[in-house]
Amino acid sequence: MLIRKAADIRPSEITSERNYLNRRDFMRAGAIAGGTLLTSGAMSAVVPDTRLAKLANVSKSAHSTNEAPNSFEDISTYNNFYEFGLNKDDPFENAQDFRTRPWTIEVDGHAEKTGTFDFDDFVKPFDLEERIYRMRCVEAWSMVIPWVGISLADVVKHFKPSSKAQYVAFETLNDREQMPGVRGRALDWPYREGLTIAEATNPLPILAVGIYGNVIPNQNGAPIRLVVPWKYGFKGIKSIVKISFTSRRPKTSWNMAIPGEYGFYANVNPEVNHPRWSQARERRIGAGLFASKQETLMFNGYGEQVAHLYKDLNLRRNY
Amino acid sequence: MNTLQQIRFIWKPLVFVVCLIPAALVVTDALELTGGLGANPVEAILDRFGNWALRFIMIALAVTPLRRVSGWNWPSRFRRMLGLFTFFYALMHFLTWFILDRDRSMSEVVEDLAERPFITLGFIAVLLLTALAITSFSTLRRRMGKRWQTLHNAAYVIAILGVWHYWWQVKKDITEPLIYAAILSALLGIRIVWRLKKRTKRALTPVRPAA
Repeated sequence: MLIRKAADIRPSEITSERNYLNRRDFMRAGAIAGGTLLTSGAMSAVVPDTRLAKLANVSKSAHSTNEAPNSFEDISTYNNFYEFGLNKDDPFENAQDFRTRPWTIEVDGHAEKTGTFDFDDFVKPFDLEERIYRMRCVEAWSMVIPWVGISLADVVKHFKPSSKAQYVAFETLNDREQMPGVRGRALDWPYREGLTIAEATNPLPILAVGIYGNVIPNQNGAPIRLVVPWKYGFKGIKSIVKISFTSRRPKTSWNMAIPGEYGFYANVNPEVNHPRWSQARERRIGAGLFASKQETLMFNGYGEQVAHLYKDLNLRRNY
Repeated sequence: MNTLQQIRFIWKPLVFVVCLIPAALVVTDALELTGGLGANPVEAILDRFGNWALRFIMIALAVTPLRRVSGWNWPSRFRRMLGLFTFFYALMHFLTWFILDRDRSMSEVVEDLAERPFITLGFIAVLLLTALAITSFSTLRRRMGKRWQTLHNAAYVIAILGVWHYWWQVKKDITEPLIYAAILSALLGIRIVWRLKKRTKRALTPVRPAA
């Protein structure tokens, strides 16, 4: 299997900032750049509390793909984030005024360090890395996204889980006032996701706080969201407010909603079709109207790093 | 100009052009002259043609109730055109699926038709619509006599298949399919009510005793 590593191309060389920022965000980013000059002395947080502000001290990662990333416009306007509406452009429309500060993350369960942490304190101990990952949605489309984030394995180890901790569970903010989608009953809120402890301590998953070197847009799951590149996109829970170390497999939102179609594992697998559509191929967003679909790779092409996690598991049954 | 001539030379061409606007917007959006089709243009085109096929069959099925409630006769002059536009948008939806979504792969099409019931439903609806479109010419209608109406009652089946196809396809949120289902239920329900009334009326008419 072909696994490409070590991107030598910076995303800024692939897509210019002017091209990848859409107009609305571009103007905002311009206003921020002006403001940052005035307040830069006062800013000490690792992830600035400013929409789309530039992130400092971001290192590159050997796990990045050298495939061309999608445009910022595609990444930030074509989203599944049901808390902000059910259509792909709803999150962009409805999340613009979402408040991501103050933000706290509660850590509980079988771990030595638990408690409620301010977002800045939560992120501060870890290094920011750029990870350019393929993202394969269960709806058979895909993108390449230049995330900036912190290693989930580092985060898990930091809280020192006990041997009882077999799973890591995550929860999204559940705010009827700010999230119009939560007023509807498309899913059983809050949105929930989970990984086994082995998956969570694999080097690939990250908690992302940025895209294209800047603070992550609200519609992509600000201020902090999970990215697990070998699993279908819905595992990448957004706007996380709670992390629990559990001994039992946590309930996960799409599995709760339609268990026959969405499993706990949700590993990208071209051989196991969704009951209503084929998973053999995927449409790469941005490839153009007449582009053919491309073959979907087992574990989304990350088999070398993760296949060993599932060697004793029947992947057809444990979809 | 009498009313029939007005319908034929003014209103019909006008309605025809209006019915083409959704298709024209797909083309101009694809060329980015008017807005755009977003990050996933194939999905956007597929959704738009499919939605318009459903809207047109609802409008076509509303003609008879409108005529009966209002007493106007002119709506029935547009029924064939509305039916043919249903066929046009359903065919465009099908061709978008076959050419752009399935990459013209016959093996994928066969797999989809065999394994995914919602696609089978949609395909049957397109086949039935094709039969209705072919037999929509006046000469054929006359030649077919009573069988024509029997065949064209398939419009009800097509509408049900279309809504069912949409309902089965959505991931979770069934709001939009539910709206179509509600409209279709009203359009079919009113016909059932009328038929039952007609039957009761007939039953209540006193039968004259035989002499």
